[in-house]
Amino acid sequence: MSIKVIEVSGLTKKFGNFTAVDHITFDVEEGEIFGFLGANGAGKTTAMQMLCGISMPTAGAGTVAGYDIIKENELIKRNIGYMSQKFSLYEDLRVWENIRLFGGIYGLSDKVIATKTNALLEKLNFQKERNTLVKYLPLGWKQKLAFSVAIFHEPKIVFLDEPTGGVDPAMRRQFWEMIYEAADQGITVFVTTHYMDEAEYCNRVSIMVDGHIDALDTPAALRRQFSADSMDEVFRQLARKAKRGD
Amino acid sequence: MKQFIAFVKKEFHHIMRDNRTLLIILGMPVVEILLFGFAINMEVQDIRVAFYDPTPDDFTTGIAERIRQNSYFNYQGNMQSMEEMEESMRKGKLDLAVVFPQKFQESMVHSGKAAVQLLSNSSDPNRGSISVTYASAIIAGFQQEQADLIQIPFRIETENRMIYNPLMKSSYMFVPGIMGLVLMIICTIMTSVSIVREKERGTMEVLLASPLKQGTMIFAKTVPYMVISFIDFIIILLLSYFILGVPVNGNLLLLFVVAILYITLTLSYGLTVSTLVDKQVNAVIFSATTAMIPVLMLSGMIFPIDNMPMVLQTLSAIVPARWFIEAVRKVMIQGLGITMIWKEMLILIGMILFLLGVTIAKTKKRLE
Amino acid sequence: MKTLKFLIEKEFKQMFRNPLIPKMIVMYPIMVLLVFPWAVSFEIKNIRIDVVDHSKSTYSRRLTDKIEASRYFILNDTPPDYRTAMLNMEHGETDMILEIPSSFDVDLVKNKASGVGMAVNSVNGTQGLLGSNYIMQIVNDLSSELRAELMHTLPPQSRASMMGMPQIEIVPRYKFNPSLDYKNFMIPGFMVLLLTLICGILPALNIVMEKENGTIQQINVTPVNRIHFILAKLIPFWVVGLVVMIISVSAAYLLYGLWPVGSVMAVLFSAIVFILSISGLGLIISNYSETMQQASFLVMFFILILILLGGMFTPVSSMPTWAQLIAVINPFNYLTDTFRMLYLNGSKLADVTGNLLALGVIAIVLNGWAVFSYKKRG
Repeated sequence: MSIKVIEVSGLTKKFGNFTAVDHITFDVEEGEIFGFLGANGAGKTTAMQMLCGISMPTAGAGTVAGYDIIKENELIKRNIGYMSQKFSLYEDLRVWENIRLFGGIYGLSDKVIATKTNALLEKLNFQKERNTLVKYLPLGWKQKLAFSVAIFHEPKIVFLDEPTGGVDPAMRRQFWEMIYEAADQGITVFVTTHYMDEAEYCNRVSIMVDGHIDALDTPAALRRQFSADSMDEVFRQLARKAKRGD
Repeated sequence: MKQFIAFVKKEFHHIMRDNRTLLIILGMPVVEILLFGFAINMEVQDIRVAFYDPTPDDFTTGIAERIRQNSYFNYQGNMQSMEEMEESMRKGKLDLAVVFPQKFQESMVHSGKAAVQLLSNSSDPNRGSISVTYASAIIAGFQQEQADLIQIPFRIETENRMIYNPLMKSSYMFVPGIMGLVLMIICTIMTSVSIVREKERGTMEVLLASPLKQGTMIFAKTVPYMVISFIDFIIILLLSYFILGVPVNGNLLLLFVVAILYITLTLSYGLTVSTLVDKQVNAVIFSATTAMIPVLMLSGMIFPIDNMPMVLQTLSAIVPARWFIEAVRKVMIQGLGITMIWKEMLILIGMILFLLGVTIAKTKKRLE
Repeated sequence: MKTLKFLIEKEFKQMFRNPLIPKMIVMYPIMVLLVFPWAVSFEIKNIRIDVVDHSKSTYSRRLTDKIEASRYFILNDTPPDYRTAMLNMEHGETDMILEIPSSFDVDLVKNKASGVGMAVNSVNGTQGLLGSNYIMQIVNDLSSELRAELMHTLPPQSRASMMGMPQIEIVPRYKFNPSLDYKNFMIPGFMVLLLTLICGILPALNIVMEKENGTIQQINVTPVNRIHFILAKLIPFWVVGLVVMIISVSAAYLLYGLWPVGSVMAVLFSAIVFILSISGLGLIISNYSETMQQASFLVMFFILILILLGGMFTPVSSMPTWAQLIAVINPFNYLTDTFRMLYLNGSKLADVTGNLLALGVIAIVLNGWAVFSYKKRG
């Protein structure tokens, strides 16, 4: 019997006449790596923003880390980490400065931040880049750093929005190693991606099409359900019906 | 060529989609022209005046009456003491104090003369000296009346005619200046920020292998801005004419040509700025400061160039707005023709060529 | 509260990583104060005048000579007719025309009265008014001289009455600025201008920049308190503004010997209150803008209005009522007035409390609005 860290029911977001997220319902268990898949424009980012408390739902309800996403969104934020498509580290701050900033925002003390920073840099083999301005880091390193910052304060859940865009498969695999490590530490990982092969790395995945969830299960189960060899194939079958996206 | 048109279309699309920015660019001149056209007034008015009159008599009350009735003055009352006067002035509540000596009329009648002190708050020297001039003129008028009563011989009367500006509205002087100022700010910021943005994003390098392509793209970017700025100019012109009552005495076509030259110049300046900075923030800072303060101070829009020290007069010559304002004043208000503004036009053209030259040189260098 | 410390650190670091900013803070006040105050003057002199002398007599020539000798006028030309003179005016070569009728001398000698005509180019209204006044003064001078010289030609009765003509001597005293130096009046205005630009533009671009590069989202998902967030953004601008102010005050002293007759602490204090309000305005603009272009146009729009309607170049008292109402909520107006009073009038802090109160209210409103208009959730 595992705890549900994310529970969502009938979640909807409309922008004028356009329904970006159409009454989706699902939940995520503690410690899971949950893949939130879909084509570009399917509504993944919008849904995630509602879960993180930075977008107000038009309808529906949900809880994240036990807090209501409509009324207690600021409390949610204490318990989550986040990494967006744009990586959202400050390009004109150094590596250690970015870590310190976000560590401090989440309430860690100077000493703790210093200790953990050293540990992190060592683990990633980043010591040489400690004082480098983030804008000078290659893309793959930025991604790793952003992820590390996102989980620096050991949140219950970490939300990753398209974290591996633009790098080669080898880099992507390294990144997913880090995700596994986080999951092993007990952090629930909620990750959106449009790379269908990454779906295989997740415990369960959902596939969004045109704002609603058309499939939700483990990758293996979905492949059986759609008689497909790969998640890619599963997705293609679903996508044929899609009106929005790639 | 085809690519050029494609770029232009893309830029237009881009701009049209951004309603808000468009609204600001078109609305900004409207609001500012109306505001400044109606509000800015160089005339010294509302001169708060008080009198110190220890022994009132016909003469002192006569003079005080005339000053009180004059629309430039705002009567504050009669002071009881000089200390009261000083304090009021120190607190910024009084502009002019008229101080009569004891027994003014008596002195006048007996010895033929008497003195009136005019103490003027001259932290604003303009206001201070003009207040004195106005009051003096009124007192002189009183003196003249006394003289007329006795039919003083050898009077010379002056008949006064005001040309171009029968109502003496300040807007005539200001409107060309506001035009120049607003257009310069808008155009410079528009181009510099837009191009530096692409620089920051790195989208520029991605698109361009050759300087020719980059040149095409940059030029394509400025075309829609030129159109918008020209629309801005027309709007300003219409408002000035219909609402502010500024005349358009000269050839309209010539005015348009001048405007197009100036707009091209300011857009070119924006391009030059974009080669000098690499962050949008800096583009704005650079544009705002160099577009605004020199224009306000040195273009002749507020302060007469003739009065400036030579160094600044020379500096004024490189402020583009100065030539635009002169040309506009001549064509629009004085109704002069192209023969009278060829110098200004030539200078504007020269500046355009210079700025474009600098832009091209710097861009080439960067790509190497 | 601890988060505030981390946020302020970040803001300061980012600000000074932009190489232009430190340069701007130091160089800008110095350059502006060094160069531009010399440009200001409204003194009307060197008015160009054409004299059309139809009479070409002794007295008309005297009038022309007096005009030429006057420091207010430059005798541009003595054309033969009005039409030529008008052409000169149209070509921008002259500002005024004085026309002396052919019967000038004869009228004076025979009828004891004559007249002249003035035409004034009033594109510059004040110049027109003053120009006419000066001419009238010169004409009156000539009248007095003629009276003195030709008194003996008058019949005895007239002579007697002329003796009784009143002469009022006018003694002007120009307080607070006896040298009538316009620079003294404008330099305080320039200080306010510097503060407005630096502490208005930078905040206006700040939050938009975070929006454009996506970092704002990263902040919004954190539990950061928006009051802290906004405060952390404002504080560096307050510090910068204070530094700019100190440099300005020093520059004004070193370059022009200008030092507040009142208290310099009062000057700095009022500057701080002003900086609070202008930076609040900047942040509000940043909150409502989505792109840097929007923010920069908006901030320039407001800054222009603040400056031009703020009494720096043209007096607020000369404006129509509705514009004066705008001045009531214009912080630029209050600070310029305060600075001028402290620098020139010798006012004390007590004298400017009214202005400071107004500035304080404006600051509270604007900063409150800045916090309120920042939404962590869309």
